[in-house]
Amino acid sequence: MSALSIAITARLGGFDLAAEIEAPAGITALFGRSGSGKTSVVNAVAGLLRPDAGHISVGGHRLFDSAAGIDLPAPRRRVGYVFQDARLFPHMTVGRNLSYGGRHDADRIIAMLGLAQLLDRRPASLSGGERQRVALGRALMRNPGILLMDEPLAALDAGRKAEIMPYLERLRDETRLPVLYVSHDISEVARLATTLALIDRGRVTRVGPLAEVLADPSIAPQFGKRDLGAVMAGEVGGHDPIDDLSEVRFSGGVLVLPGRLGAPGSTVRVRIAAQDVILSRTRPEGLSALNVLEAEVTGIRFGEGPGAVVGLRAGAAPFLARVTRRSARVLELGEGQTVFAIIKTVSVAPGDVGS
Amino acid sequence: MAAELSAPWLAPEEWQAVRLSLKVAFWAVVAALPPGLIVAHALARWRFPGRGLLNVIVHLPLVLPPVVTGYILLVVFGRRGILGAWMADTLGLVLAFRWTGAAVAAAVMAFPLMVRAIRQGIESVDPGLEQAAATLGAGRVRVWLSVTLPLMAPGLIAGIVIGFAKALGEFGATMTFVAAIPGETRTISTAIHGLLQVPGQEGAVVHLALISVVLATGALALSEVVSRKLGPGR
Repeated sequence: MSALSIAITARLGGFDLAAEIEAPAGITALFGRSGSGKTSVVNAVAGLLRPDAGHISVGGHRLFDSAAGIDLPAPRRRVGYVFQDARLFPHMTVGRNLSYGGRHDADRIIAMLGLAQLLDRRPASLSGGERQRVALGRALMRNPGILLMDEPLAALDAGRKAEIMPYLERLRDETRLPVLYVSHDISEVARLATTLALIDRGRVTRVGPLAEVLADPSIAPQFGKRDLGAVMAGEVGGHDPIDDLSEVRFSGGVLVLPGRLGAPGSTVRVRIAAQDVILSRTRPEGLSALNVLEAEVTGIRFGEGPGAVVGLRAGAAPFLARVTRRSARVLELGEGQTVFAIIKTVSVAPGDVGS
Repeated sequence: MAAELSAPWLAPEEWQAVRLSLKVAFWAVVAALPPGLIVAHALARWRFPGRGLLNVIVHLPLVLPPVVTGYILLVVFGRRGILGAWMADTLGLVLAFRWTGAAVAAAVMAFPLMVRAIRQGIESVDPGLEQAAATLGAGRVRVWLSVTLPLMAPGLIAGIVIGFAKALGEFGATMTFVAAIPGETRTISTAIHGLLQVPGQEGAVVHLALISVVLATGALALSEVVSRKLGPGR
C-alpha cells in the first residue's frame, strides 16, 4: 500500500490541475517551475483547497474522496504543514507556537531542531533559518500522519539551507513519516527525495524513484540547462587529505570528488549534471579530468535546438549526458554502444552531495 | 463669568447630561459591536452577492445628513412607525423620546465608523496564519479566538473608541429622533445646544464643552495603552 496516494483534478485560476501520485514512505519531491501547481497539490492534501474530483489518502486513511463524499476538514487531517513563509503566529512566543498543535514528543523534537534557547523569543526576532526550524518543530509536534513542506528553504540563503538540510535528512532516515516536499531547486530534490514527481502546467507528468526519473532522457524538456542531471548513490572510500579528494564507489566504477564526504563506508548521493559529462568512443588518455566511467548508451533524445540528451548506464547506475546533435552524429551514438563518460571532478558541487 | 466658574463645579442638570451621555454612548457601542463585527468580517473576507450594496447601506449614516437619519429612525421606530408601533404593542418597547432611542440613534451613527476600523483590523490579519492554525488542528472558533482576534485587536479597539466618541457627541439624529428631554434624552451635545439658545449660560456651556474634551481625550489615551499591551510584541 502506498504511503501517499493522490489522484485529483481541480479547476484553478490559470489552468486545470490533474495530479496523480502514488508514493512509498520517505520524501516525495514535487518538482516543477513556479506557477506549475505544486502548492495547489499540497494545499489539496492539507484540506486548504478542495479538488473538483478524485481522492487523496495518506497511510491508508482517506482524507478526500469525491465519489464517497468524503472531505475531511483541514483541522481533522493530521497533517504537518511547513509553509514557505513559516507562518509563525507573531503574537505568540516560540514556545506557544510550537505547542499550538500539540506536544507530541516535544522534548526530543526541541532537542533535535536546537530550539531550546529560542522558546521565549518572538518570531519577529528570529532569523529566517530559525523561523523555518520552529515551523518544522511546530508541524512535527502535531504528531502528523504526513509532513507537507512547501519550498521550506526557498527563502533562505545557502548558509541557512545548509543548516536545515541535515535535519531533513535525519527526518527522512530516522522516522517513517511520509513527506511531500515541494521545490523548484533540483539540488535540494536530489539530496533529499526518495520519490520524484514532476509537475508541468498543472499536470503530474512523471512519478518514480528519484534516480530512475532523473536518468530518463525524456524528462529533459522540463528541466533547465543546469538542472538536468542524474543522481548516483555510492559508498565513500578513502579521503586523500593532501589533495582534499574523496573516492566514492558506484556500481559502475569509482568517482573522485572534491572534499571530505563522510566516514568511509557511509553512503552518499552525488548529482551529476548532464552538461558536465563529456562522451568519448575510445578510452581517453592524458586528460585532466579524473573520472572516466565506461558506460552503455541506453537511449538518445533529440530535442528542439542544437542539443541532444544521451541516456547512459554504468554498471547498474543510470545517468545522463547532454551533447550537441552534431557530436551525437559524429560519434555515431546508438543504443547498446559502449562509450566513455568523462566527468570533471570540480563540477560536482558540494551542495549536490547528500547522505 | 468669574462668578460662575467659582460656583460648584457642575450643576445637577449638567451632571445629569454627562451621566446620560456616558450611558447612551456605552449602550450604543455595546449594541453596535456584535453586528459591527459580523458586517466587518463580511466586508473584509466574504464574497457574496449584494456585498457592494451592504457596503453602501453601512456607510449611509456617514454621508446622509444626520437629520435625515433621525427622521428615518422616527419613521421606522416612532410610536406610529413601521416597526415602532409593533414594538410598542407586542414588546411594550418604545424608543422614540426615550434614552434607549438616543442609544439607538448614536449606535446607528457610530456604526459605519466602527465597521471601517474593525474591517481594517481584520484586513491586516494574514489569512495564511489562520490557514496555518487550521492545519494545526484548530477549528473555526479556536482560530478566531487565538489568531484572528488578537491580531485584529488594534483595529477592534480603534473601532470601539471611535464609536464611543461618535456616540458621545452625536447630535443631529439624536435631536431629531428623541429631542432633548432633561433626564431622559438631554445628552451633553443636546444640552450645549439648548444652553446656547438661552442668554447668560456661557459658563455651563464651557463646563460641558470641557468635559467633552476630557472624555474624548481619555478614551483615546486608554485605547493607546490597551492596544499597545495587546499588540504583537515587536
